[in-house]
Amino acid sequence: MADKTSAAAEVAEPERRKVFRKIFRQLGVATVVTMFGKAVLDSRPARAASVLRPPGALPEPEFNAACIRCGLCVEACPYDILHLARWSDPAPTGTPYFVAREDPCRMCTDIPCARACPTGALSPLVTDIKKADMGVAVLVGHETCLNYKGLTCSICVRVCPIIGEAISLKPIKNERGVLQIPTVDSNKCTGCGTCEKHCVLAEAAIRVLPRELGLGVEGAQSVGRW
Amino acid sequence: MRQLQAMFFRNRWLFSRRIIQLLIIAAFTVELPAGGYLAQGNLSSSVWFGIGLTDPYIWLQSLLAGAPLGKAALFGVAIVAVFYLLLGGRIYCSWVCPINLVTDLSYWVRQKLNIKSNFTLSKNIRVTILMLSLLLSLLSGTLAWEAINPITLFQRELMWGSVAGATVLASIFLFDVLVTRRGWCGHVCPVGAFYSELGREGRLRVKATQVGACGGCAKCIKVCPEPHVLAPVIAKKATFVTSGDCTRCGACLDQCSTGALAMRLSFKKQGKFKGIPVVGGH
Repeated sequence: MADKTSAAAEVAEPERRKVFRKIFRQLGVATVVTMFGKAVLDSRPARAASVLRPPGALPEPEFNAACIRCGLCVEACPYDILHLARWSDPAPTGTPYFVAREDPCRMCTDIPCARACPTGALSPLVTDIKKADMGVAVLVGHETCLNYKGLTCSICVRVCPIIGEAISLKPIKNERGVLQIPTVDSNKCTGCGTCEKHCVLAEAAIRVLPRELGLGVEGAQSVGRW
Repeated sequence: MRQLQAMFFRNRWLFSRRIIQLLIIAAFTVELPAGGYLAQGNLSSSVWFGIGLTDPYIWLQSLLAGAPLGKAALFGVAIVAVFYLLLGGRIYCSWVCPINLVTDLSYWVRQKLNIKSNFTLSKNIRVTILMLSLLLSLLSGTLAWEAINPITLFQRELMWGSVAGATVLASIFLFDVLVTRRGWCGHVCPVGAFYSELGREGRLRVKATQVGACGGCAKCIKVCPEPHVLAPVIAKKATFVTSGDCTRCGACLDQCSTGALAMRLSFKKQGKFKGIPVVGGH
């Protein structure tokens, strides 16, 4: 007790010290909570590869900032394929998504979901659904795809809404003979996911992936360039 | 019959509020016979009869996160902001927000179980959380409060229920019952803090009406979710409740049996206080 009073006596302006102490304490708390909050926000699930955005969606970081999680696109969808991410879903909470394997985009020509968006997170500039980029279909299962086994399942080719253009059969020759391989034209594919939905396997051999994941990105090294 | 009428009269503000709150929830969730809903979207942005409304707080987070101004949303933001600016910001809290149903239920349970324990929290916490949510939106490029916002979460749960979401709502309920009286809405929620700041000058106010009408029973203070806003009026230092924290829930008016309080629209400039009505002794 005696120590305390003598310490306080040394302080020229005890009131000033009190105020400063309070300010620094609050600054400290604010800094710690900001860091913690930032860490929590960064660790919230980013969008999983299986989760696709509605047509016209801005690139993911911008979409995440522009989308105000209102769900107007969800209600505008006449086929009810869109959901708003719940807490436990693999996308930022409240953002709209669809899962191609469950219910693919039907590619309405008037794009009602993008029209409904109040903020432009689904870009109003996308007016032609065939120019939409929800992802790109990639035939990932070269060992499971029935066409690779010499059958002509070709269901993915036949259900494609941009039939004959986005996916077509290309013959390749190997030791089993001539195989008809479903081949995606990445410039035509909108990533609607109809092929993934209808793949007859238990897990689809063809799936829609975000473009950079599905196609890779050209490298900066000289070997990767041409 | 009389009794029933009296009961309704004693709870007129409460019942009006419940009706409005439930109608708003129903507008989003109950399908019309003709198909579709009366209101589309949710409380962050909605369309009513073709008119878009957008929550200014969520829009502000989006702006800070780096989004361009959505033109359609901007118009909706202006409508909502002007409404609360003119009338009083926290009208949102007690008349619109669905979480109010949860926390009012908590308060009711708390009263019924006679829970007295109260973890004291500062009212400034919500202002701090508001500032932090804006700062974090700026830093992280995402809508910080929307990662947890129970208001839109509530509406999503009604559509697509989930265990995680129900747990969040349950924890708010229990927080208010067991930890702090009026804990969530009165201390934590930054949405309330935002609307409180926005509607600081709101003109719909609780007014002390007649000279000598107050009997000094203090029932109004007991029931008020933000008791500090009534204090100056009860202490006869002001004729109007002027704090932005007042939610205009009308609980004080339901309690007041003497007609000493009333809800009034006053566009008059807040004049100098000229002294109040002396109150009869008790």
